[in-house]
Amino acid sequence: MSAAAAPAAAPPDPLLVRVTGVVKEFATRSASPFRRERLQAVAGVSFGLRRGETLGLVGETGCGKSTLARCIVRLHELTAGELLFDGADLSRATQSELRPFRRRMQMVFQDPYGSLNPRRRVGSIIGDPFAIHDVAAGRERMRLVQVLMDLVGLNPEHYNRFPAEFSGGQRQRIAIARALALRPELVVCDEPVSALDVSIQAQILNLLVDLQRELGLTYLFISHDLAVVRHVSDRVAVMYLGRIVELAPAGLLYASARHPYTAALLAAVPAFEPGARSRRAPLVLAGDPPSPLEALRGCRFHARCPRAQARCRAEEPALESRVGDDPGHLTACHFPLADGEAPGPATGSGA
Amino acid sequence: MTPVAPIRPRGPWRLASERIGRDRAAIAAIATILLAALVAVAAPLFAALTGHGPAEQFIETGLSSNGIPVGPGHEFWLGCDGLGRDVLVRVVYGARISLLVGVLASLLAVVCGAVVGVSAAWYGGTLDALLSRLMDAVLSLPYLLLALALAALVGPSTGISVVVIAFFNWAAVGRVLRGEVLAIREREYVQAARALGAGHARIMFVEILPVVAPTAIVYATLLIPSSIGFEATLSFLGLGVPPPTPSWGNMLADAMAYYKVAWWLLLFPGAALLAITLAFNVLGDSVRDVFDPRFERSVARARGGAA
Ligand SMILES: Nc1ncnc2c1ncn2[C@@H]1O[C@H](COP(=O)(O)OP(=O)(O)OP(=O)(O)O)[C@@H](O)[C@H]1O
Ligand code: SF4
Ligand SMILES: [Mg+2]
Repeated sequence: MSAAAAPAAAPPDPLLVRVTGVVKEFATRSASPFRRERLQAVAGVSFGLRRGETLGLVGETGCGKSTLARCIVRLHELTAGELLFDGADLSRATQSELRPFRRRMQMVFQDPYGSLNPRRRVGSIIGDPFAIHDVAAGRERMRLVQVLMDLVGLNPEHYNRFPAEFSGGQRQRIAIARALALRPELVVCDEPVSALDVSIQAQILNLLVDLQRELGLTYLFISHDLAVVRHVSDRVAVMYLGRIVELAPAGLLYASARHPYTAALLAAVPAFEPGARSRRAPLVLAGDPPSPLEALRGCRFHARCPRAQARCRAEEPALESRVGDDPGHLTACHFPLADGEAPGPATGSGA
Repeated sequence: MTPVAPIRPRGPWRLASERIGRDRAAIAAIATILLAALVAVAAPLFAALTGHGPAEQFIETGLSSNGIPVGPGHEFWLGCDGLGRDVLVRVVYGARISLLVGVLASLLAVVCGAVVGVSAAWYGGTLDALLSRLMDAVLSLPYLLLALALAALVGPSTGISVVVIAFFNWAAVGRVLRGEVLAIREREYVQAARALGAGHARIMFVEILPVVAPTAIVYATLLIPSSIGFEATLSFLGLGVPPPTPSWGNMLADAMAYYKVAWWLLLFPGAALLAITLAFNVLGDSVRDVFDPRFERSVARARGGAA
């Protein structure tokens, strides 16, 4: 189906975004110029984003969360797979075809120091969307900018200042104001609070939650902090080495994790308070994740999984609802955990 | 808490110019450069005042009976050269050539370097590979030798001097700017602009060029004195500005035959060359300090950035 052929008469798709089998590979510099190695940062991911929900996306550093996020807002070309936004196929859309959709999907980046040009005044940065999409200019643009600054809790009189004059939390508010300027439907938040002081994190999270309620936003919320994700998410997806290994409503995932990897992640978090002490939870897992460069057969987790069996090495488990589970609880594991079952003996010394 | 500032905060450019204003060496350098520019512009005034044209020979009054040039005095304030020409008027006209060639050559080098370096970094891929090799090749050329060969081939000319000087300088600028743009294009604010739907042109002119502009300005300032020196070298070797047009370089070359008896032939053009190159170098260093990002950060902190 092409972007233009979105059926107008059909009832709106309950899913704002549909991602099917998305793959993103990067060419890497290898030692030998004759062998071009490819790194698969996202290795076949499928899920849907419901209108108005917050889907949390968690996983260790380097598992491909940011790459997936950038594929969804099409800052990256997809290597393979399909991306539908409100029924329109954006998987192969060119940058100019994407332009109208840029108003409808936005991104908030992790580093509020890197995401604002240090040489530009804050008012002009927040006004960028109006300038790029020819929405407003001059006094009208300035007025809209000040309305936005007020909306995100900044003093509108500070529009003339430079980013360096704001704290990290205030800068993230500026980035949020810019992302919301054109009233997008989808906002991808890539670790929006992990660069901030713990004391500021809750303020920004609450702002995001309030804005969602006020503006009916759909969030894809990325974090490696399970406590933060639980605080804001309706559903949570757990990512491991480029794939989603478990996806469930937040309450179910935290209460009865099925995937051994999820269980290990949860076991490593001391308390589910936003901004709890450990921000980068150490995993109670043996070994490091295998390099995404290695050809992987079977379950991607088997080298570190305490429950791994022969089948795990041979056959890749599909992400699907397991017998007896809530139909919305998807797990990619041959031997999922039962309720209350411990992740099992670890192969290493850590457990 | 920061007090609510009703005044418009100073931008990086304002801060830079204010800081220059507090730098005594930079002020002296600017004064020297402005003076030289004024003198260059007013060169015909000197000719009118003394009644001597820059290429006019005064065999009767300018040379002694045995052909030795007369020294500084009432008629010729800075003396005469070996052909009986007024050194003051020639130094003043020489300032025109030096400034013109210096400024034009360094501007040309910075513009070419910026275009090549920025496009290499922005478009990447094959274009980047090609342009990078080209810059490496130009940088590895034995430039004085080639400049001499080229100038000898096409004959001495002011225009050719500008092109030759620019040709040997653009690649260094290009390489530095390429590196800067490579770093900037991965910054999240560029990604944010892309996510907003900004096109190549907008990202280039709004997000990238203003950030690399200070580097380009510093390079332009520091290239002027070296271009002036380069021009003098070419002219000294008879391959730059063709006689009888005066240039400090060809004046110094002319002086070589007489400097034992006529020190003023060496002193005045030499001092002028030294003063102007020194002034541009001092200014270039100050400009670089002023745009130092470490300085910007310290200013932000001093103004209560953590409010
Ligand atoms: N532009 C790129 N070129 C090559 N490799 C890349 C690129 N971007 C990401 N990668 C690689 O892809 C993998 C996934 O990176 P990604 O940034 O998506 O991880 P992440 O889950 O967001 O990690 P983090 O929690 O550290 O942000 C990593 O191995 C990374 O090195
Ligand atoms: S499929 Fe096997 S190896 Fe993979 S998580 Fe499940 S039990 Fe562990
Ligand atoms: Mg990331």
